[in-house]
Amino acid sequence: MSRIVISGNYAQSYAALLAKVQVISAYPITPQTSIVEKLADFVASGELPAQYVQVESEHSALQVCISAAALGARTYTATSSQGLLLMHELLHWASGMRAPIVMGVVNRAVAPPWSLGADHTDTMAQRDTGWIQFYAESNQEVLDTVLEAYRLAEDPAVRLPAMITEDAFYLSHTVEPVDVPASEVVDRFLPPRDARAVLHPGTVARLGSFTGPDHYVEFRREVARAMEHVPETFETVEAEYERATGRSHGGPMPTYRADDADAVLVTMGTATTTARGVVDELRSEGKKVGLAKLRLFRPFPTPAVRDLAATVDRLGVMDRSYTFGAAGAAATEVAAALYGASHRPTVSSFFSGIGGRDVTPSEVRRMFAALLAGEPSEIRWIDLEEQEAKADG
Amino acid sequence: MAKLTIPAEELMYPGHAACPGCAPALTMRLLLKALGPRTVVSIPACCWTVIATSYPTTALGVAVLDNPIEATGASVSGLRAAADALGLKDVNVVGFAGDGGTADIGLQALSGMLERRTNAIFVMYDNEGYMNTGVQRSGATPLGAWTTTTPVGGSSGGKPEPKKDIMGIVLAHHPIYAATLNPSFPEDFVRKAEKARSLAGPRFLHALTPCPPGWKYSSEETIRLGRLATDSGIFPLFEVENGIYRITRKGGALKPVDEYLRAQGRFRHLGDDDVRRIQEDVRFRWERLLRLEAESANLVNPGSLRFPGPWIGERAGITGTLEADG
Repeated sequence: MSRIVISGNYAQSYAALLAKVQVISAYPITPQTSIVEKLADFVASGELPAQYVQVESEHSALQVCISAAALGARTYTATSSQGLLLMHELLHWASGMRAPIVMGVVNRAVAPPWSLGADHTDTMAQRDTGWIQFYAESNQEVLDTVLEAYRLAEDPAVRLPAMITEDAFYLSHTVEPVDVPASEVVDRFLPPRDARAVLHPGTVARLGSFTGPDHYVEFRREVARAMEHVPETFETVEAEYERATGRSHGGPMPTYRADDADAVLVTMGTATTTARGVVDELRSEGKKVGLAKLRLFRPFPTPAVRDLAATVDRLGVMDRSYTFGAAGAAATEVAAALYGASHRPTVSSFFSGIGGRDVTPSEVRRMFAALLAGEPSEIRWIDLEEQEAKADG
Repeated sequence: MAKLTIPAEELMYPGHAACPGCAPALTMRLLLKALGPRTVVSIPACCWTVIATSYPTTALGVAVLDNPIEATGASVSGLRAAADALGLKDVNVVGFAGDGGTADIGLQALSGMLERRTNAIFVMYDNEGYMNTGVQRSGATPLGAWTTTTPVGGSSGGKPEPKKDIMGIVLAHHPIYAATLNPSFPEDFVRKAEKARSLAGPRFLHALTPCPPGWKYSSEETIRLGRLATDSGIFPLFEVENGIYRITRKGGALKPVDEYLRAQGRFRHLGDDDVRRIQEDVRFRWERLLRLEAESANLVNPGSLRFPGPWIGERAGITGTLEADG
């Protein structure tokens, strides 16, 4: 093991290196590009003996990975924002083909207007594509989760693609100390891909066939079943990763000081770190508040949400994206998970950090204050409230 | 007795779902005879999605991967990358796309595949329209042709624009080999497909594939129509290897285009003036092709445009196939 100071993007690159990926394909887009630049260096220097396929679009990048995975190769790609949206059609192909691709996604706002800032709209728009989705809080978590994701995605019970997301700039371009496990350790945790269920040249087979209604539903059910196997498989994978490296990131939805809390805020990605600090401050002020981090968003960790809700009366959910005409994606899903639960807390929906706006401790305090005051749960644009409060001075 | 030049082995099975007289079916059959069983074919949405039959059956004796309509160029790059990464030897990687999936919506990925020098064969089977969706015009539909979206009547007299020159577009990428194929001339077809198989680097094959329901003719006419297309100069048979042109069928004077056009319902509405314009265009393009052949005959192209790049250092472990290896 070695400790190096790297960005979240380089954490993606080092993880792909350690995973000994065999085919890489990518197209440049800010703020993802340094991931694949670093991988190009690894390949050029001979450290990573992979095929690096330079393509003319993100759409083609994902198709390269799907076709390479179909022959049995371990593949990696990375993208962000518009690039992910361009891939949308192929995201469905990847899961339907049961291609265990791992993709790094830097969460960036969607145009128009143009913005490079952190925002989860790009990946939230891909919730229904059959991909496993992880949202990372730190660079260490990025590296560890990418390695875990390969084991999970390639597990015979799963065989689904996975995306590991990181907030633009807060992680992608911010350096932190990261423990990089030794190659031998990763090799034991993540052996070469077991490529039995793939196309073999020289045999008669077809992958992606035309079907009628007499078979299509069975194929869809198989994808759904694979998704159902993710939670238990991930539990095993994370336990093994902890044995190998001594690190765990706490399963699908780790909590913080939530056991006896009156109000709990559910966060995703880097806003979690800010919120954790605010929880400590409020606790020292005698307020019983806690935190839950949605790390795995697909499949949605319904059992974990229900466990949390059993002891809490007020939940707030912070979304870093907005679903027009509905509400926050995470808030909606948290509320849906609670319908039918024996104990149902109120669920408030907060929008914060949209388009790269900073999620400040002051904003997080505003959310907790609303929860503790028992204010009626309505959709609140915390960024704008904070702006108005500043203007009022 | 003449030597049989077409391999006897069949890698396309009876029971496929093609229409009677389908030239795309014949094209796949001849192609696989030339390429053999160690072939992986990537097929986008097109007639062949259906011709290959539906799950759990297949009409092909090779490994087939389906891909979305615009992504065939990328798919063959991924297949080749995986074959190289996994050390799979002697694999023919083939993209087999219709004219829409090649020259319209598939053009970007095709350009990418040619530019990055993917070691694969891309076949465009050209039935000159979106036939699988019920005969709509594509960029490859010829001037004047009726389709459901270029109707005849009122202000419309068939397709007002000429056919896209896909070979010109492909040749601008300097592939190692490009050729036109016509299943009505099976010996020439198989010789070119075998030649493509023997080379490494990006290879492109453009097959003209008459379509009875789309072109509005009776299914037993497919072979005759195909022969007329070439012998009238509408679809010349030629190949370009490393920039050197060679016309592979010259039957003396070109037949008038009239016979070819009049045999098809999609051109029934054309008047004598229209036919004359088409004839002039065909003659111009044929003479240009003769000139390209004559001019390039005396040239020597030393080979691929791709940098082997040994001077930038040892590329340890990288197994990418250089075209020079082929």
